[in-house]
Amino acid sequence: MRWQTRQKGPKLRIGAGSAWWGDRIEPAQWNAERGKLDFLCFETMAEATVSAAQVRARRDPGFPGYDSYLDDRLRAVLPGCIAHGTRIVSNQGWINPDGAAEHCVKLLQELGCRGVKVASVNGSLITDRVLEWSDRLLENGRSTSTLADRIVSAEAYLGAEPIVEALQAGAHIVFTGRVADPSIFLAPMMASFGWTSSDWSVLGAGSGIGHLLECGAQVTGGYFSDPGFKDVDKPWHLAFPIAEVDEDGSAVITKLADTGGCVDFRTIKEQMLYEVHDPANYITPDVVVDFTSVRLEQPGLNRIAVSHIGGKPRTDTLKVSIGCTEGYIGEDMFFYAGEGALRRAKLAQKVLEERLKLVDLKAEDLRIDFLGLNAIHGLATPATAPEPYEIAVRVAARASTREEALKVGREIDGMAVSGIAHTGKRVPHQDRVREVIGVWSTLVPREKVQASLRYFES
Amino acid sequence: MQVPLQHIAHVRSGDKGDTSNIAVFAHHPALYPLLCAQLSAERVKTHYQGAIRGAVTRYEVPAIDALNFVAQGALGGGVSRSLALDQYGKALSAALLGLCLDVPETHRVYLLGYPYDRST
Repeated sequence: MRWQTRQKGPKLRIGAGSAWWGDRIEPAQWNAERGKLDFLCFETMAEATVSAAQVRARRDPGFPGYDSYLDDRLRAVLPGCIAHGTRIVSNQGWINPDGAAEHCVKLLQELGCRGVKVASVNGSLITDRVLEWSDRLLENGRSTSTLADRIVSAEAYLGAEPIVEALQAGAHIVFTGRVADPSIFLAPMMASFGWTSSDWSVLGAGSGIGHLLECGAQVTGGYFSDPGFKDVDKPWHLAFPIAEVDEDGSAVITKLADTGGCVDFRTIKEQMLYEVHDPANYITPDVVVDFTSVRLEQPGLNRIAVSHIGGKPRTDTLKVSIGCTEGYIGEDMFFYAGEGALRRAKLAQKVLEERLKLVDLKAEDLRIDFLGLNAIHGLATPATAPEPYEIAVRVAARASTREEALKVGREIDGMAVSGIAHTGKRVPHQDRVREVIGVWSTLVPREKVQASLRYFES
Repeated sequence: MQVPLQHIAHVRSGDKGDTSNIAVFAHHPALYPLLCAQLSAERVKTHYQGAIRGAVTRYEVPAIDALNFVAQGALGGGVSRSLALDQYGKALSAALLGLCLDVPETHRVYLLGYPYDRST
């Protein structure tokens, strides 16, 4: 196979390939095969992804440090991308962007596709320097030094610039570590349209479009269906979005024909404010985005034109996520059903509370929920909520040691024969305790963080 | 008349650390002023009872008929360390759907899925 050169069209076509690590893979393949895309972009990291990868790398020398679905995702999309000349920008590099690039080269060679340039972007990991460069935690205003003995990882959110540099140097595929989600999508626009790093108006518009794409199906009918109020066609067959971007940063958001889901005013609006605080000042490493001036139009079915998103000068700092070891969570559940289920669940709660005192559980936090009644909305559950037919009693505790956290499961084991009538139990299982990586945030001066690029070729 | 919010608006919640944002979008532009007038930050905080421990800030985005509520201390100390089953609070916004607003009879026509006699 040869990497085809793509003819430049009037619009830049950018598709989403993933919105998180566990996302579906087929919609990315559809976009690669049928999307006629200039770029396919992958977002695979949550706040704690890098810290979890650091912990795993310490324990498992065989863990390569990049997205554990890298191989599956690339095998699904590479043939389509090669055939259509669709370039790829991806943050699947996690703590090893070089390794991701090398693996990609290997897969390209297996496909007989030579001469493809793959770049890696390093520099987001600043674990060793974060205390020196930062001052206060954004969450509580305390000094970052209060975390000193617990830090697993610290990563600055890089912007689009290093990706743009790689693309302008001819990279077909770019792997990064931590970058801000919208920047993954903004970089292809900057590289293609020649936007500079101080064109605030277009950078704001383009980042706004990137924000609409970064959560994948959440703008094409995912996280949306509500029967009778928001009905969605074939919600089992959702596509990932495609943006047709203009040189001024406006775009039409759409999806492949012959897929389920929808792109309409409501999906666009909901995603526009998703994880946004002040809509007039959405801070990214590249620009401060202003959504309040946006204009939406519907030029066709499953097509929404998004324009007039604004931009203001970027801040002098970069956000940093700091992952810290924060002990262990022990968790398990057991069940009641039928007449009197709630009555029995309440007695079971009392039994457990007393038992956990007797075994002297040293918990930093403890929670006993009635799943079916109040486990999801907690204190926000209305007093008028109806009594359910079935209830799972779910117990979770956070403690500083694994031994303490294990007490939760051990006490729930005791409910099997020493509990109360009609207690349903599942077989004791091994994953009742998990390690907690708490994430904190701080800011560092932008100029301290230096990205670096490496190039590989198939 | 008292009308549950699900007939007036659609909602979505998102997470950042221990902060949840709950965005509310009028089903019709004519209903947006009702949201602005009646759905204050205090009203939202009260509705969530103790589930939101910190401050609630409201942002207005009339261009998309939206209010964005930013609720601090809503995610059990933060997604990464929360003991909640719904760690990201993605189901949190649904708690608003049952909150009732006072809707004038003249606006009944704009409501979604609300009993309405189309013959009149």
